Amino acid sequence: MKTPIYMDYSATTPCDPRVVQRMLPFFTETFGNSASRSHAFGWTAEAAVDHAREQVAALIGAHPKEILWTSGSTEANNLAIKGVAQMYRQKGNHLITAVTEHKAVLDPMKYLETQGFEVTFLPVNRLGHVDLEQLAFAMTDRTILVSLMAANNEIGTLHPLAKIGALCKQKGVLFHTDATQAPGKIELDVESQHIDLLSLSAHKLYGPKGVGCLYVRRKNPRVRLVSQMDGGGHERGMRSGTLNITGIVGMGEAAAIAKTELHSEVQKLLGLRARLQMRIMNSLPDSVVNGDQDARLPHLTNISFPYVEGESLIMGIKEIAVSSGSACTSASLEPSYVLKGLGLGDELAHSSIRFSLGRFTTEAEVDFAADRVIAEVNRLRAMSPLWEMVQEGIDLSQVKWTSH
Amino acid sequence: MAYSDKVLDHYQNPRNVGTLDKNALDVGTGVVGAPECGDVMKLQIKVGDDGRILDAKFKTYGCGSAIASSSLATEWLKGASVDDAAQIKNTQIVEELALPPVKIHCSVLAEDAIKAAIEDWRKKQAARIAASAASHS
Repeated sequence: MKTPIYMDYSATTPCDPRVVQRMLPFFTETFGNSASRSHAFGWTAEAAVDHAREQVAALIGAHPKEILWTSGSTEANNLAIKGVAQMYRQKGNHLITAVTEHKAVLDPMKYLETQGFEVTFLPVNRLGHVDLEQLAFAMTDRTILVSLMAANNEIGTLHPLAKIGALCKQKGVLFHTDATQAPGKIELDVESQHIDLLSLSAHKLYGPKGVGCLYVRRKNPRVRLVSQMDGGGHERGMRSGTLNITGIVGMGEAAAIAKTELHSEVQKLLGLRARLQMRIMNSLPDSVVNGDQDARLPHLTNISFPYVEGESLIMGIKEIAVSSGSACTSASLEPSYVLKGLGLGDELAHSSIRFSLGRFTTEAEVDFAADRVIAEVNRLRAMSPLWEMVQEGIDLSQVKWTSH
Repeated sequence: MAYSDKVLDHYQNPRNVGTLDKNALDVGTGVVGAPECGDVMKLQIKVGDDGRILDAKFKTYGCGSAIASSSLATEWLKGASVDDAAQIKNTQIVEELALPPVKIHCSVLAEDAIKAAIEDWRKKQAARIAASAASHS
């Protein structure tokens, strides 16, 4: 077994070799610009882009013409949120999202607040769910967009897209979902889930980095956007810039594989995750699994190890690549706002680790990772004053701490 | 986070992890920090009759540099006089461990822990002297 072991598939995935094979000719042989209408180089590139558009559209039940290429999910989210806000300003100035969304949704929303828009940031419950009644209550006749993610990137909690979509449709409000973490993990269908805009990124589904797309509904209703990138009028004027043909070809292939292999892959991931989680929880029963354990991405588990700090744990398991909600792993020294949003308390946020498994994870890697985590948590607990106090029967919530 | 070799060494092989009897009269205990801030240090010293620190132990909940800072502190404390120990500054820890700017608070916490442990020991000594004076009068 080769170390370090990669268990951070929610951060990014390696390219599937099949994806790379499809991409290679487009670097050197069929390198044309899809906007070149005057020669075969351009036509070949355009045909490749159209094929990829069909592949990605098929993954989410959309029409190929509804797929707009971007540089990734961050750009797609920006385009969806700012583009809708600016287009529908006459209709209303109110948008709704939730506190646990990715920064690529929250920050465009905060930008809009500086531009005279009003944004409702819905709270979530302990499992990471918004209250649908509260969502319905928040919608007014001034509301133009609801943006709620398909699956949370830190804890994996799945939002009930079909219910949210139906609610939005009923109220005549557009529904955008940041589905970055979802493809290949759960079923996405823009029709049955009533989604009007949907963001995707190739590098989370075994495609290359630097390419993604925004699905924009063109019927019932036809969604219009103000472009955020102006120039040559590519992508029907909604996103100018020469297309990243190699990336797009890769994303198309990655989407096709994700669609074909969805069910077998989910079964495999569920098995591996159960194995990892069970092994850890059996040895460290006071650990806490964060988020909704049922409505959850199949490949991810976020576990808090009380009395141990996350960054020191990551240092100790350096053979395993994972991420932490600990403040010490972030530049801001603030613990994860997602975990705080669950009402977990900073202490559990500081001690959390996100394990995300993927297509190339093996049982042997899972066993190795679990054993290393267990050993290291035990080592760190042996030097943790909190663990010692708990063993002595002290209630930590009653201790007077000297905050600094 | 790129840590210095010294931080990694203290993290992997922490010196003087353990616990002294916090009720003993010759032991001073300092507990600083808070769980919600992500670090808590417990530092203890055992002081001889001559005012020298005979032993020092720590337990730390925190990041790698917090563990390293307290481990280093116990090394420096052992054999030092209480008065010298009280002079240890967080900047010395920063320098020795080459801590990056975002980790300076870990060294501050270690300095606070040393001071709190000495303070606890001094209080016990004052109480002991007062008690023995009372019993002799």
